[in-house]
Amino acid sequence: MQKFANPTLFLNLANAVLPYLIAITAVLFTLGLYGALVTSPADYQQGETVRIMYVHVPASWIGMFAYGFMAFFSAVALIFRHPLADAAAKTAAPIGAVFCFLALATGSIWGKPMWGTWWVWDARLTSMFILMLLYLGYIAVWQAIEEPFLAAAIARIVALVGSIILPIIKFSVDWWNTLHQPASVFKMGGPAIETRMLAALLTMALAYTALFLTLHLISMRTEIAKRKLRQSRLFEIRGN
Amino acid sequence: MWQGLVLEAKSLACERGGRLIFNNLNFVVGGGELVELRGPNGAGKSSLLRLIAKLNEPAAGSLRLSGSAQDLATQAHYIGHHEAIKPALTVKENLDFWANFQAGAANLAPFNLHQLAHDEARLLSEGQRRRLSLSRLVSVMRPIWLLDEPTVGLDQSAVTNLRNVIKAHLVMGGLVIAATHADLGWPNARVIKLAGGG
Amino acid sequence: MGALKAILWRDLALARQQGGGLGAAFSFILAVVVLVPLAIGPDLVLLQRLAAGMLWLSLLLAVLLTAEQIFQRDLEDGSLELMTMTTVPFELIALVKAIAHWLTVSLPLAVIAPPLGLLLNLDINQLPIFWLSIIVGSLALSLLASLGGAITAGLRRGGLLVSILVLPLYIPVLIFGVSATTMLMGAQSAVPSLLVLLAITLLCLVMVPLACAAALRAYMR
Repeated sequence: MQKFANPTLFLNLANAVLPYLIAITAVLFTLGLYGALVTSPADYQQGETVRIMYVHVPASWIGMFAYGFMAFFSAVALIFRHPLADAAAKTAAPIGAVFCFLALATGSIWGKPMWGTWWVWDARLTSMFILMLLYLGYIAVWQAIEEPFLAAAIARIVALVGSIILPIIKFSVDWWNTLHQPASVFKMGGPAIETRMLAALLTMALAYTALFLTLHLISMRTEIAKRKLRQSRLFEIRGN
Repeated sequence: MWQGLVLEAKSLACERGGRLIFNNLNFVVGGGELVELRGPNGAGKSSLLRLIAKLNEPAAGSLRLSGSAQDLATQAHYIGHHEAIKPALTVKENLDFWANFQAGAANLAPFNLHQLAHDEARLLSEGQRRRLSLSRLVSVMRPIWLLDEPTVGLDQSAVTNLRNVIKAHLVMGGLVIAATHADLGWPNARVIKLAGGG
Repeated sequence: MGALKAILWRDLALARQQGGGLGAAFSFILAVVVLVPLAIGPDLVLLQRLAAGMLWLSLLLAVLLTAEQIFQRDLEDGSLELMTMTTVPFELIALVKAIAHWLTVSLPLAVIAPPLGLLLNLDINQLPIFWLSIIVGSLALSLLASLGGAITAGLRRGGLLVSILVLPLYIPVLIFGVSATTMLMGAQSAVPSLLVLLAITLLCLVMVPLACAAALRAYMR
């Protein structure tokens, strides 16, 4: 693993992998959207609106996955002092926050025809909302602290504290929700989800994952370039 | 009081904010010795003191204290630029706190703070604050003194007090490492020069 | 032990000398209690349903307002650095400072909460449970505020960041704290909520000092 600590090596690797990753993402999205919009049937209850599911559900999965990704790399940075791990965690946060927002927005759009309202305080939506707040807090730490080493050290702690408290928040919100059960909560599809729908959903999930990895790799590249720029400026200041 | 204390630094390197401040620094200081650190601004005098106090970690190399079973940081007094004085508490309360915290007893006499004992620390002048923070040295017995510009703001009589206190400390077998621009006026002080990378 | 006692006594003395923010925090809660009926109307039934939640909310915001100061001054004046130069684990020092904050800010505010509940028409039969829950929860509030204070200790304008970071962490405390009272309203037992609240508080007691110490060390580097 120490091998990839070298930013130049990582950059070469990223540059080599990136075109393939972009191609895979494009293919998966084509297949997934075709499945979602054309081959999969409309729901017998919800009609065509069920197709929102194919953009909504994978977005929330990636929204959650990205937090785990971020916490994992924060732990790696803390334990192994790996210089790229901080950058990996830092760049995952804005992407995760965007997917989170996408899940909330599409959920809200889906909610209007299903529940007759743009928003309900059900457990999933509330948890997702809180997850986005945690992302925003993490991003705010990076923005508030100018000194990069210090920012990295503090951000690690924030990410790890968040990952410990997240299950507790989830548990609390679920419990809170059963206490204040709203009148009509929509339950998804039931167990018998149709095979063509499932296939389309899984393809979309893969496409979203590929998209996340692509975006992450691109912002890692930018982050490393920024660091190099900063270092060369430091050299200039010192005059050698 | 302390016997056979030796502080040894081996190929010590210090890095701050991604830049190397000094590299491959070696020295040995024994009990009863006073060492003056000299060098231009940014040469790493303060950084070296902070490394010895274990406030920062060295980028490379090691520091070892032999002749004592305890950890270096718990055996050292560090008088830095920040004076750790609470303006709302009186002079005596401030010193009492650090004495209690480090299991000693407040001693106001060596730096002539008796008359100020019950004044709030917010009323103190720069030099009086310095005397208050230097009083920690004589309130809690610790063999290693790390002094960062100890004479800044002190008047002539307070500098004399400081010299007396240091003399007594060296006689007891303690060791003193001081970063100074002006020399302490110590007859046979050893000097460690830090060149600084510019 | 002497070291920890010294810190506790010093922080209590400082809070007594400087007010420690308790007065301002109390005034803040009073202002909220007055504003709530003005905002939603003087409907006593509605107020009764909202009372516990509003008091919890105002308490946690008031505690949050004082979070910034918990470690900031000690970091700035070099006290924290000297506190690392002992045999006492730094985590325990962070814990003692959090407890000092609880004793000087959160606990007094929680103790005087019941009369404010009466102003918001909280049922007098629910007061004991409300009181108990808010006293238990106030320790968790102080601990989490300390965490926020430690994470932003070295920042010039940390106030807003503290809120963004700590408010989500307050959610479990808020949910179980309020529900202890609202369960009673629905004629259910408050015990499960209280036990979960206690568990959360104990978890904070263990976890928060570790995170605080790590954050403060980062600022002292």
